[in-house]
Amino acid sequence: MAGNWLLPAETTTSGRPVLRPGEVEFSLQPSVDLVNEENPNFPTFKSGLLILTTYRLLWLPNPESTTSPSSSAAVSVPLAAVTHIFQSKRSIKGMFASPRVRFQVSVTPEGRVQERGSKSMVITLVLRGKSDPDSFLGKFWEAWRGKAWEGSVSGSVEGVEGPGSLGDGGGSSSSDTGLALKMPVVGVSGILRKEQEMWESTDKSLQDAFQDLNALMNKAKDMVMLAEKMRQKLLSGSNSQANVTNDEEMGSKEEMQDWLLSVGIVSPVTKESAGALYHQQLSRQLADFVKIPLEKAGGIMNLIDIYCLFNRARGTELISPDDLLRACSLWEKFNVPVMLKKFESGVMVIQNKSHSDEEVFSRIRSLVQKPDALQTGVSATDAARTLGIAPAMAKEHLLAAESKGFLCRDVSPDGFRFYVNIFQDIDPNDEYLVKEYGVYDAWIRATIASR
Amino acid sequence: MQKLGELKLPHFFNYPPYFTLQPVRETREKQIQLWKELILDYCRTQKIFVVGLEEDFALFSNPAIERSLNHEARVAFLSAIVSDGRAEWMDKGHRRCLILWHRIQDWADIILRFVKDNGLEDSVMTVEEIRSGIESRGTDIHGMDRTVLMRALKLLENKGKLAIFKGTSTDDEGVKFSV
Repeated sequence: MAGNWLLPAETTTSGRPVLRPGEVEFSLQPSVDLVNEENPNFPTFKSGLLILTTYRLLWLPNPESTTSPSSSAAVSVPLAAVTHIFQSKRSIKGMFASPRVRFQVSVTPEGRVQERGSKSMVITLVLRGKSDPDSFLGKFWEAWRGKAWEGSVSGSVEGVEGPGSLGDGGGSSSSDTGLALKMPVVGVSGILRKEQEMWESTDKSLQDAFQDLNALMNKAKDMVMLAEKMRQKLLSGSNSQANVTNDEEMGSKEEMQDWLLSVGIVSPVTKESAGALYHQQLSRQLADFVKIPLEKAGGIMNLIDIYCLFNRARGTELISPDDLLRACSLWEKFNVPVMLKKFESGVMVIQNKSHSDEEVFSRIRSLVQKPDALQTGVSATDAARTLGIAPAMAKEHLLAAESKGFLCRDVSPDGFRFYVNIFQDIDPNDEYLVKEYGVYDAWIRATIASR
Repeated sequence: MQKLGELKLPHFFNYPPYFTLQPVRETREKQIQLWKELILDYCRTQKIFVVGLEEDFALFSNPAIERSLNHEARVAFLSAIVSDGRAEWMDKGHRRCLILWHRIQDWADIILRFVKDNGLEDSVMTVEEIRSGIESRGTDIHGMDRTVLMRALKLLENKGKLAIFKGTSTDDEGVKFSV
């Protein structure tokens, strides 16, 4: 069918493209049409978001304009299939029309885009957004000439590691160019030597990386690879040597793994690559990113914690707190499963939409009705311990329960404590009446018992 | 159950949040309601007419739980009584509050009943006699605040139930009943 003349592309739930390992975004262009001028029967992709990566050209439909799910499919053109990029012609006509970028791709006889296809076809990009077509064309050339996909097509992770790899498989040494002669790995000394080699190579790449920022940027990909590799190594190590490792080592290994895991956003959205779409794209990426930490933290997290985690994952392309806040506040416009919540005190948190305050509320309810809590109340610290959350967050929950009329506060030199609200159980017409089986009754029993 | 003077204190007097002004509206309304009742009850049993905010007032602190009302809370509770017409601020700074545990109208009725019970319908008494004389002993009138008494008497004067006449000093003020 003519409709799928381009390859489909995967997207995340928040509408960000799913990038392949090692794929990095280069440039984003809003409102771009993708037209096949040679074959007008083929459907045109109108006014979508064009993302140029090191591997592909991705076209994503405009989320505001799409109504039917069938038209919302994202498509892609692998740069490997591009055979030629035409220089833009300057003409009088071109002054008034939207700038166009033409390139030639190889296609199958049926007209489907494919690498090394037998026929070729010209695709036109119509850039309707306010952008600089020349700089885009430059980046397009750069990405195409860079042939970054060739490293990935060869597939294996080893291909990118270069000399002095961690080399846990026997076959990997054959791809090493530098070391023709390798001592066989025998016995304890062999293992030690291997460790030493690994150390040296790690040390070398670290030193290289920190020589200057440019070098660091160049090494960023290797670093992520290395991190991933070390993680794998630790993971397999802890399994095979279970009898040797004690708990402490296990703990530190797990911690190390967590650190390494948090290294890896391979293609951070930057102001340079996304331009005007910066906050929108950042917002989507953030929505994808927070899912896992949110789950670990029980569905709710402080905005500050997210800021730290997110920036650590981004590595060098740090974002400002203001950018983060803007990205979060854009979530309202997108269909993402997370939301930004502002407590009355001004504390801001990120929480899953499915996360219910009701659950926390019912846990607080049972906490304050324990005999101890009836007598002496609960502080934010007590609640934090029981709920397993930060004291500041616990206090927010307590204040929320208070505003619902379930708790009362007690401010004294002893501190700020919360009690179950017994006012509701007291009859205003008879102050001495105690209803049986109410919280007032329970409170009296608990306090009398303590005397 | 604890007692303060003649007054049996309700259980919630030992509830620490009772001594912190609650910020949530519904809870606060309930709390204020309970305080109003307790303050009026306490003043009635102790025959207290004036509550000074900066003076010690036994009801405003509970040594058993080491809690006491702060100034803001005291003002809030007394103001609530004032707006119910059961108390009046005696100064602009809201430092002293006159508690009318009987309304002026009720005081007037009590005085009339006292006059009838003692057969004083046409007699003459000094104001001081009404407050501290032998006849009023055992009634609410005994030892009542002079300001409140004068206002109740004025109310009765306006209704033609008595006439107030002045002597040489305030102590000499007298009343001629004509019930």
